[in-house]
Order: sequence, then C-alpha cells, then structure tokens
Amino acid sequence: MEDKKLLLDIQDLSIHYVVESGTVHAVEHLNLSLAPGENLGFVGETGAGKTTTALGIMGLVPNPPGKVVNGKILFEGEDLLKKTEEQMRSIRGGKIAMIFQDPMTSLNPVITVDKQIAEMVLLHNNVTEQQALERAEEMLELVGIKRERARDFPHQFSGGMKQRVVIAIALACNPTLLIADEPTTALDVTIQAQVLELMHELRRKINTSLIMITHDLGIVAEMCDKVAIMYAGKVVEYAPTEALFNHPGHPYTEGLFNSIPDLDSDEEELKVIQGLMPDPTNLPSGCTFHPRCPYAVEACSKDVPPMVEIEPGHFVACPVRGKPYLHLGK
Amino acid sequence: MEQTHPMVEVTNLKKYFKTKRGMLHAVDDVSFTIRKGETLGLVGESGCGKSTLGRVMIRLLEATGGEAKFWGEDILRYSAGKMKDMRRKVQIVFQDPYSSLNPRLSVSELIAEPLLVNRVYSSAAERNRKIAELMDTVGLARRLMNAYPHELDGGRRQRIGIARSLALSPEFIVLDEPVSALDVCIQAQILNLLNSLQKQFGYTYVFISHNLSVVKHVSDRIAVMYLGKIVELSDYKSLFVEPLHPYTQALLSAIPLPKFGKKRDRIILEGDVPSPIEPPEGCRFQGRCPYRQDVCKEKTPELRELEPGRFVACHFARTLVPASGK
Ligand SMILES: Nc1ncnc2c1ncn2[C@@H]1O[C@H](COP(=O)(O)OP(=O)(O)OP(=O)(O)O)[C@@H](O)[C@H]1O
Ligand SMILES: Nc1ncnc2c1ncn2[C@@H]1O[C@H](COP(=O)(O)OP(=O)(O)O)[C@@H](O)[C@H]1O
Ligand code: SF4
Ligand code: SF4
Ligand SMILES: [Mg+2]
Ligand SMILES: [Mg+2]
Repeated sequence: MEDKKLLLDIQDLSIHYVVESGTVHAVEHLNLSLAPGENLGFVGETGAGKTTTALGIMGLVPNPPGKVVNGKILFEGEDLLKKTEEQMRSIRGGKIAMIFQDPMTSLNPVITVDKQIAEMVLLHNNVTEQQALERAEEMLELVGIKRERARDFPHQFSGGMKQRVVIAIALACNPTLLIADEPTTALDVTIQAQVLELMHELRRKINTSLIMITHDLGIVAEMCDKVAIMYAGKVVEYAPTEALFNHPGHPYTEGLFNSIPDLDSDEEELKVIQGLMPDPTNLPSGCTFHPRCPYAVEACSKDVPPMVEIEPGHFVACPVRGKPYLHLGK
Repeated sequence: MEQTHPMVEVTNLKKYFKTKRGMLHAVDDVSFTIRKGETLGLVGESGCGKSTLGRVMIRLLEATGGEAKFWGEDILRYSAGKMKDMRRKVQIVFQDPYSSLNPRLSVSELIAEPLLVNRVYSSAAERNRKIAELMDTVGLARRLMNAYPHELDGGRRQRIGIARSLALSPEFIVLDEPVSALDVCIQAQILNLLNSLQKQFGYTYVFISHNLSVVKHVSDRIAVMYLGKIVELSDYKSLFVEPLHPYTQALLSAIPLPKFGKKRDRIILEGDVPSPIEPPEGCRFQGRCPYRQDVCKEKTPELRELEPGRFVACHFARTLVPASGK
C-alpha cells in the first residue's frame, strides 16, 4: 500500500511499556492512515491505546517504560521513527500539533497566555518577538478571546477559555496535522458545544487534517469523515463515518453502540458487552475480543483476524461478522 | 391530589458556604417532591450545586435553611440519635470509585464497615453471610472478597460502593454521578444493575449526573439545575420532547448525538456560568439568555407549575421572544 497521497500512514505499529507486572501491549500491530484534509475519529475505551498511538506519532512515548518495538509512521512519506530528536522537536508544534485532554497540563501557570503562544511561534518561525506576540493576539482572536485578555494568566480563564488557548497554541504554526486527545472531555456540555463549534469554524478557515481522539460517538458523528475503532491496542474497524454508524461491522463496535442510552427511544435494559477489557500484559490469543464476543466461534481463539475491506473504504477485522458486502442489500 | 405524602418533600432548601469573597449560594431555595419507587434525575453543569443538594437533603451537610421531609418528618431537625436510625434508610453512592474507598481495606472489609458501625449482626458468621449475599446482589465474584480496591477496575469499585450503600437495606439512595468515571460499556453494566435493584427492592433514587442521555435513561422525572436553583422539573419525556426553560433548551441542544446526519440546530450560549458568590437579584440565567427582557434583571422567577406536572422558573416560558438587539 504505497500510497503517495496519504498524509499519515501508520504501518504495523507496536508500542510496549515494560512494567513490574509484565509487558503492556499498549499498541499492537496497528495500521492507520489519513489523507490530507481528512478528519479521523479515533475511538476506544480507556486503556485501548489511543493516547499511546498519539504519543508515538509525536515521538513522545516516555522511555522507559515505553518503547516503539515495531512499525513505521510515515508522515508526508517520511518515517517519523527514523527522525532524530532534533528533527522531531521542529516537527512537534510545527507541522504536527497536539492538544492534550487536560488544558491545565499544557499551559504554564506563571506565563501570560500571549507569551505562551508567541513562544511556540518563535520556536518554529523566523520572526521577531514583536511579530510573534502580534501573531499570538491574532490567534486568540481567532479562537474567540478578546485581545485585551492577551496578558492574562491561565488561572484567570474558565475551563472552556483555557481549552481555547490550548487550541490557539496548537494552531499558531499552521500545522498540517492536528491531534486532539479528548479535547472536550473535561468540559461541560454547553462549553463543549462552544469548543466544537470553534473547531468546525477553524476547519473551514485552516486546511488542517485532524485526528480526534474521543470516547464519544456523538462527537465523531459531528466532527469526523472517517472513524477508527480501537480495541486492546488494535484498530478493529475503520470506515467512513456514515458506513460505521449505519452498518457497523465489528461485534465490538456494535456493542459500543448498544451501550449508549438512546435519546430517541425508551429502552429498559441496555444491551451490554459482557466482561471487562483484557489485561494488556496478557492479551487473549487469536481475536483479542473473543472472550467477550457473543458471535465467537472456535477459530476466533486461534487465528488473528485480518482487516478485510467489506465495502469500499470499510475495513473490519472479523471474519465471522465482517463479511464482504454483508450489508449492501439494505 | 395525592392521598398520602410523597416519600420525600424538600422545601426551600438552602446551602450557603462562607468564602473570602462573600456567601457562595451553592443551593438556593429549592423545592421538590419524590414519590416512593421513583427515580428523580438531577442534571446541570459542573458547580451548579447537584452534589451539595444531594448531600444537604440527606444531612451529610447541614443546611442553611429549609426543610427535607422524609415520610412526613423533617430530618433536618432530628436529634443526633434519631438521625442515626435514619442513616440506615437513607444512603449515598459517591462519584469517584477511585477516591471514595479506603485503600487499606479489602473488599469484604469495605462492605462489612457499615454493618459493623451500625452493629447490625452480632455474629461474624451472619455478617459474612450478608457480605456474600451483597456481593452476589451487585455482581461481584466472591473470589474478590480479599482483593483491595487498587487491584480492581472502576466498574468493580463502583459495585463495592453500591454494595456498601445497600448493606443496611435502605429505602432511599442518592447516586452522585455513579457512572461518570466509567467507560460506556461498564457504565451500561452498572446502569442495568441499578435498574434491576430498583425493580427488585423498590428503591427510591436521586440520580445525579451531567450526562443527559444517561439521566434520561434512568429517570422518571428530571430536575435541571443552574447556579444553585432548579430551573425546570418535569417528567423525562416532556422535558426532552419540549423543554420550556431557555437553559434546558440550550443544554439539550448541546448534546452531540451518536447518529449520522442528525445534527440539530444548536443553541450556542454566550459566555460561561457566572459566579455563585453573592448572585444578584433577578434570573440567574439572564446574562446568557437569548430571550431576556428588562424584568428578568429585577425579579427572580419562581419555580411554578406551568402545566400539570411541569415546573419551570422563567418569566416568559411558553411566551419567549428574542431579546431586542439580538
Ligand atoms: N465545602 C465547600 N466550601 C465552599 N464552597 C463549596 C463547598 N462545596 C461546594 N462548594 C461550591 O458550591 C457550588 C456547588 O458545588 P457542587 O459540588 O454541589 O456542584 P456539582 O453540581 O455537584 O458540580 P460537579 O458536576 O462538578 O460535581 C460550587 O460553586 C462549589 O465550588
Ligand atoms: N507510562 C506508562 N507506563 C506504563 N503503562 C502505560 C503508560 N501509559 C499507558 N500505559 C498503558 O498502556 C495502555 C494504553 O494506554 P493509553 O494509550 O493511555 O490508552 P487510552 O488513551 O486509549 O486510554 C494501558 O494499558 C495503559 O495502562
Ligand atoms: S473474530 Fe470472532 S471473536 Fe473476534 S469479533 Fe469476530 S466473531 Fe467475535
Ligand atoms: S426569566 Fe428571563 S432571563 Fe430568565 S430564562 Fe426566562 S427569559 Fe431568560
Ligand atoms: Mg488517553
Ligand atoms: Mg458533584
């Protein structure tokens, strides 16, 4: 699959953490790709490996205990895993920017917000401090914060405004790829609505590709063109948003949808996925979902299911349920 | 209307906290009733006073004013001795299954604690039988009896919290964000558990959450809070089909729907929730309300029964007109 048009092409990526109790297989033979301008939703439960994948792309996996043990991360055709730390430093915050879940962890409490944005601009562009500060104010305005608040400290802002500042920092250098790790999880729903609206608007103004990490399928439906569903370190389903929502192919995806109470109907009992996420230091053999899967057959505990394209652009790692064109009669 | 008292009657309940910058009105003059066997959902954004209300009404916190009647008696005026008996009937499950359990106690010790404190059983054998029974009830495998909280996942920890609250056979349980810290799959398991327990034992719940789909799923009636006040209270269906208060309308429109191509018109509110410290007269929502009029600044809207069973605190509910200059 040597596709020149891809912006990001992750091939067979494995990232492990070596801890006292064993080796955590946080990311295991993961494949994922993104075309320029695309918005990808990256969905999975806590511990699925979403953040670790993002840290892998950014070259920020904490080592020790973490280590990329296998794979390639091709960005604009070049393998990020082969870059020096020096080169990565200029890519981070430049061509690839990341928004972390908790806005407070990415803001410095003792520096005014305009300086924090300017710092990022100075690091990646050949400009004067004055120009960088000017750019900072522009960015604040873009995310809906008035210029007169530029010299405020983070604690003077509310949660939603802090997250806007974080977005301003991330976008200050016109990144080609923006990775947002649960950018609204810490926010209230009306504030989340403001931030999502802002991200929509920015998408229209700036042509940035987006990887939106979230556990909220509602946000995916609203923001993303494509979705990757991750379970125990692997992508188990990858599809255009419409296909995934209208006819999910993988039993885990189906279970995820069933677990969410439906606002439009009254159901007494939710159809739950039995059991728990597997121990990441001791993943089940074959299909890692098999101990919890209602459709499992004998072969599931033996063979690792390959990703199969069941309809154009819709990939499912389940030979039992994800049959090619299974749903196309509908 | 009703022959008997509702099981719970909360009237003009207030809880203020003294802070350096003045009185913080965490819960400000709220009134509502709960029928036996019902689930009352309590929703609202962070800091609007949900947890404080849940705690004050069962007297885990002393109220600043008002009444909280259970079976016709105001427990806020009970003596310490009488309150102790009451404690058995009225329980709470806390939000965070990670910090609300003593890490030094094993699962069986954690569940035994309320039984020991209240000296329910005289013999250890009886107590152990009860512990095993409670573990079965909440779906905790008995082999986990000697495990410690840090060895367990969030869902199992929350089951311990629920088992503890059930230990004394309560009738009324405040569930303060019981599933907010959990992933959707585990969340669904716990919601089903709470539902089946209610069916089996006839519990009455107050279910606090900021997740509106979850609240709709579990509640019979829902109260929406904003800055210490209940702004709307109604059966769950009417509330979702046709919210009457401008805040409820904005809140519901903000939920991202997990469906493809079903985007609705979203009401984006300006600004943030204002400070609950010494709030000014008038409607608490007026700073952000797209329909505010001059009177909203001067007069605080009371929660009134606009239609049977539908309570709303807005001067212009059903007659909203966009504020001029908008
Ligand atoms: N012990 C306290 N002292 C002072 N202020 C307090 C205290 N406890 C709560 N508050 C304040 O009371 C208000 C209501 O808080 P409360 O915890 O009830 O909100 P909540 O609706 O449960 O929020 P969340 O969704 O974040 O749990 C907040 O402004 C909070 O800061
Ligand atoms: N620094 C670390 N040290 C050890 N294990 C880690 C570390 N970071 C993450 N993990 C483990 O890796 C797995 C994947 O974690 P993560 O990438 O954070 O998942 P997600 O973002 O999907 O919740 C989990 O089992 C987690 O416990
Ligand atoms: S491969 Fe087997 S166990 Fe895995 S999801 Fe498909 S049916 Fe279930
Ligand atoms: S009372 Fe006035 S400000 Fe308050 S919600 Fe109603 S219209 Fe809006
Ligand atoms: Mg994460
Ligand atoms: Mg709370």
